[in-house]
Amino acid sequence: MNSIIFTAAARLLVALMFVFSLFMLLRGHHLPGGGFIGGLIGAVSFIVYSLACGPAEARKAIRISPEVIAMLGLGIALLAGMFAFFMGDPLFTGQWYWVGGDSYETSAFSLNTVLVFDIGVYLVVLGGILSLSYAFEEET
Amino acid sequence: MSWVLVMPIAVPFLTAVVAFLARSYPAGRWISLAGSVLSLVASAVLMAAVLDQGVIAGQMSNWDAPFGITLVADYLAAVMVVITAITGLATAIYALGEIPEETEALGFYALFQTLIAGVTGAFLTGDLFNLYVWFEVMLIASFSLLVIGGGKDRLDAGIKYVALNLVSTLIFLAGIGLLYGVTGTLNMADMREAVANAENQGLITVIAMMFMVGFGVKAAVFPLFFWLPASYHTPYFAISAVFAGLLTKVGVYALMRMFTLVFVGDVGFTHEILIWVSVLTMFTGVIGAAAQTDFRKILSFHIISQIGYMTLGLALYTPLALMGGVFYLVHHIIVKANLFFVAGLAKQYAGDTDLNRIGGLYKSAPLLAALFIIPAFSLAGFPPLSGFWAKYLIVKAAIELDAWFVAFVSLLVGLLTIFSMTKIWGMAFWKPHPEGYDPTPDRAPPKVTRAMITPIAALAAMTIVIGFYPEPFVQFAETAAMQLMDPTDYVTTVLGVQP
Repeated sequence: MNSIIFTAAARLLVALMFVFSLFMLLRGHHLPGGGFIGGLIGAVSFIVYSLACGPAEARKAIRISPEVIAMLGLGIALLAGMFAFFMGDPLFTGQWYWVGGDSYETSAFSLNTVLVFDIGVYLVVLGGILSLSYAFEEET
Repeated sequence: MSWVLVMPIAVPFLTAVVAFLARSYPAGRWISLAGSVLSLVASAVLMAAVLDQGVIAGQMSNWDAPFGITLVADYLAAVMVVITAITGLATAIYALGEIPEETEALGFYALFQTLIAGVTGAFLTGDLFNLYVWFEVMLIASFSLLVIGGGKDRLDAGIKYVALNLVSTLIFLAGIGLLYGVTGTLNMADMREAVANAENQGLITVIAMMFMVGFGVKAAVFPLFFWLPASYHTPYFAISAVFAGLLTKVGVYALMRMFTLVFVGDVGFTHEILIWVSVLTMFTGVIGAAAQTDFRKILSFHIISQIGYMTLGLALYTPLALMGGVFYLVHHIIVKANLFFVAGLAKQYAGDTDLNRIGGLYKSAPLLAALFIIPAFSLAGFPPLSGFWAKYLIVKAAIELDAWFVAFVSLLVGLLTIFSMTKIWGMAFWKPHPEGYDPTPDRAPPKVTRAMITPIAALAAMTIVIGFYPEPFVQFAETAAMQLMDPTDYVTTVLGVQP
């Protein structure tokens, strides 16, 4: 697509959408959001970029091939679930460490495996959608 | 405890991730092989735990049943997991010889390990919706494996395969939705009671039929089997072996699980239908095979006819019949995967799988001929090989119920199976190689044939062991059948209420 307006707008939009996808990822679990929806928004931002500049350029922009991103995400999600083994819990039991308190209301922030799992989901969705859409775009 | 149940699923998944990252290097195939060995170890540990403690269950994420996802293994599930791991390992070895490097670089081993993870998950889950998810994992992985390597034939087969399987999955999903609407639960153990207490038993029977159709397509029973012979003769031999061995059996397993655990309210109706479906499946499958002249197409139709025996074991619904069904399931996976392996090696030696274009294998590859005889005769039910005991149990169960016609048909089908096997034997092994066809267009180096003949020999040895020493296997099948007929243990273990 050779539209100057679209190309110029895409530059702004892509960055905004990508930051928004990270925001959605991080606010997940306690508030609406999470890895899946974040990954979708992140994928859309790269798709907009590839529509504006072509898939070859977009592939260069993410550096790693989307398939590898998806598989890495699968590995991260699985390992996050398996971390529960060290705590003697069943697979995928969330492990929480509250910093400065002992619950969501009182603590400043928390370290948990749920977020790691969500990051894995984010990468799976991002990589999966991008590998599909790039394959289609390169076909035509 | 629950980690024993998780590892047979987690190991192939992790292997898939690592194998994918290493897909362009030779290390990828060794990672896959190592992962398959580890899967076998993990499933052996599970089997030991089940033998030791009976039914074991684990609540994932620490959500109590019936709200969370439960993984559960009884005798049947445990043996299916072990046999899946064995088939997986055999295929991983076979693939070392068969799969070309270009296909490896596309992520062949990652897809293969994902398929194994999906099959194992389907055997171990105790949650109906989770079963659907595993079916999807299998479907995606198997579709990719079917078309990988390219070519018009494969794409054609892949489209047919995925279209019909999607329909079946949708019917299955609609059934889950209806069942959830009626019972308000997805946990299979919890569902047993909820279904028995449901007011509208007519609706339950309708839902039961939806499940029968959904799983029936997966299992390839009459009249829903069209996708199977249309697709199983095109992919790599390693892939068609693992499909032939495992995929249809997941459908049979799901039928066995649901129609012994949940849908037992109207056995006179549902299982009666299943009897006639089984009889027709056995018969049409074997008749279809008689018309084929392609090595793999004959074997594909035989899968269908053999599925009939397994569902017959379920349909007759006596402890002896179920025992026969379980025994048949295990025996058939080993034998059928092995026959597809043999077909692949026969192609390496003779150049084709069309029986009219090949011949003389008895002379050119006597070892292969010997190794073909074992699974082929076992499939036909020759004593003392494993297939004889499997057929014997089923036929005996039918005779005990005075179901003479059913017993007659299953014996007749056995006879017709011998006819097909002798056809392959006569055309591929005995008759001289036909003139005008080059016998060795891609004669493989010894390294390749060694990798391919190892799993064939190992699986043939297992067939012989089961055949000559069937007592422990029969006893195991008996306990598995007992647990299916009376799932009190299963239900109490899953729901955590020990009486």
